[in-house]
Amino acid sequence: MDELKKVVREYVVREYIEDGDDREVNDTTPLISGGIVDSFSMVSLKRFLERKFQIQIPDAQATPEAFDSVAKIAELVRRFKPDA
Amino acid sequence: MSNIGSYEQRLQGFDWSISERELDYTPGGFINIGWYCSDRICNQGLGAKPALLWEDSQGNEKRYTYDDLRRCSNTIASFLQGLGIEPGERVCLFMDRAPELYIGFVGILKMGAIAQPLFSAFGDESLWTRLDNAQTTAIITQRKHVLKVRKIKDKLPHLKHIIVVDAPQSALKDGEIAFNLDEAPKVDRFDVFQSTAETPSVLHYTSGTTGQPKGAQHVHYSLISQYLTTKWVLDLQPDDVYWCNADPGWVTGTSYGIIGPWANGVTQAVLDSGFGTERWYAFIQKYRITVWYSAPTAIRLLMREGTEVAKKFDLSSLRHLASVGEPLNAEAVIWSKEAYGLQFHDTFWQTETGCMVITNYPGMPIKPGSMGKPFPGITATVLNPRTHEPVNQTGVVGLIALRPGWPSMIRGYWKNPTGYANKFRNGWYLCGDRASIDGDGYYWFVGRDDDVINTGGHLVGPFEIESALLEHPAVAESAAVAKPDPLNMEVVKAFITLKPGFLAGDDLELDIMNFIRKKLSPLAMPQEIEFTQGLPKTRSGKIMRRVLRAQEFGEPVGDISTMMDE
Repeated sequence: MDELKKVVREYVVREYIEDGDDREVNDTTPLISGGIVDSFSMVSLKRFLERKFQIQIPDAQATPEAFDSVAKIAELVRRFKPDA
Repeated sequence: MSNIGSYEQRLQGFDWSISERELDYTPGGFINIGWYCSDRICNQGLGAKPALLWEDSQGNEKRYTYDDLRRCSNTIASFLQGLGIEPGERVCLFMDRAPELYIGFVGILKMGAIAQPLFSAFGDESLWTRLDNAQTTAIITQRKHVLKVRKIKDKLPHLKHIIVVDAPQSALKDGEIAFNLDEAPKVDRFDVFQSTAETPSVLHYTSGTTGQPKGAQHVHYSLISQYLTTKWVLDLQPDDVYWCNADPGWVTGTSYGIIGPWANGVTQAVLDSGFGTERWYAFIQKYRITVWYSAPTAIRLLMREGTEVAKKFDLSSLRHLASVGEPLNAEAVIWSKEAYGLQFHDTFWQTETGCMVITNYPGMPIKPGSMGKPFPGITATVLNPRTHEPVNQTGVVGLIALRPGWPSMIRGYWKNPTGYANKFRNGWYLCGDRASIDGDGYYWFVGRDDDVINTGGHLVGPFEIESALLEHPAVAESAAVAKPDPLNMEVVKAFITLKPGFLAGDDLELDIMNFIRKKLSPLAMPQEIEFTQGLPKTRSGKIMRRVLRAQEFGEPVGDISTMMDE
């Protein structure tokens, strides 16, 4: 079990999916292009990652592509914290 | 040859009757936007022409010809009529960019009701505010969004019908109705409501400095200017495939994402998906998009990815680009030429104007960073902020003002005559923006003239945010102001004082951000929160947002003689 992906997935489901919405989020579910997280909401997701993992993600790397799935987000976090 | 030809020649003796004649409209006679967007095009022998090419984030596709659009909109109109909905009632469209949103809009107008599109990312509080104010009687939505409707329906006594387009009846609760457009028997003949010029058509909500959002009331006659501006500014021609990025929850998405292209009989493509650079370019390549109407925030996101990504796709079908929502910076105009071989043409207008009013035209030299020039038939100027008289001097900043009377100007704010009256000075309509005019007659945007926050091309009212912030258990007082942002032009920043017992910190900041995002919308979410011991106030206790805003923009704070001493 990849703990990092689990943390990200649980946060996305808790914060971006309405209670009662039965859509599933797996590691490759498109988040931005799939309309679950919009580009404005990326800011709060980025803030969560920075606090949770004690990292700083430069704005230039916080692109919609980099946030488009749980797997891509985990890859991004590991760029700044390899042991996460 | 562009549709407008020479801008200078079009100015000579311009009269909106040119549009009336092209649309075969007789003053005083029948005019129904829904009919003009569907039946009229079929009557011209174009029933088999594609009206809508739709694709979602999973790659599912749907195609509708103009005859499909006519019959499907009849079907929705007939269904709504069957529920007992009467002309003039407000029917809300609250969904993602599904075909039912576009076709439903046409259907609502055809049966004489008022279409009230709302952005599907609105939280339940934003939704409730707008449905309650409009006394909306029906809402058409999707399975994932009906959850928000359920939270507030008990507080909406006028809401009688909740219609869900993508769920079986078995998945719905009592009082909700399943409607499946694909499976519904199509209605070939429908008696279109005999609306006339001043019959209400669309109710779009927009934010102001004070109070809750206001419902901008449009009428069917708006078609006259929406049709002609689409034709002359976007230059839509019979063989074009047009893509408008705007969501129909906002005015661009209806004026130029539904009414303009379909009244012109043009094929439009819709991508029901969030942003993605490669996804967008692949969409342009696949559908051979020729005319693209986008927004500065999206263009700046594309710029971040560089020209190399654009070069991986065949974008050679593009022939005309335009932009709306906020001023398009000069760098973006120059970059688009490098990336696509074409410059974006900036257009300026707002919910209240219903159509583009100051724009750049095909064939007219673009001055990168400029808003362009007034559309023929629009009398524009900049006013001295104190005297409200025209500045009449080049390069001097004033308030952008328009002489009322063009066809698509709103007829008022819903149940708010005072708010509407406050938009006028000396017979001029004030847009709420500041600009200057250069020696060649080009307008140059400077900024807002009030506390409204223009973020990513959407106006957000500080009062709505501050009211919602007060509902957070930790917040004692707050002020929401604009903060400059390289991507979205402005974002929301909140200054907050905390109630006793609460400690400022990162976790609380994130909690408050998510609280507002879910309650109002992602646009209204403060992207920065500053916890403070006190807020600047007048001696009468009113929070002075302008002092905080000036601080964020590094501008002089102006007169603070009325400010309360610490």
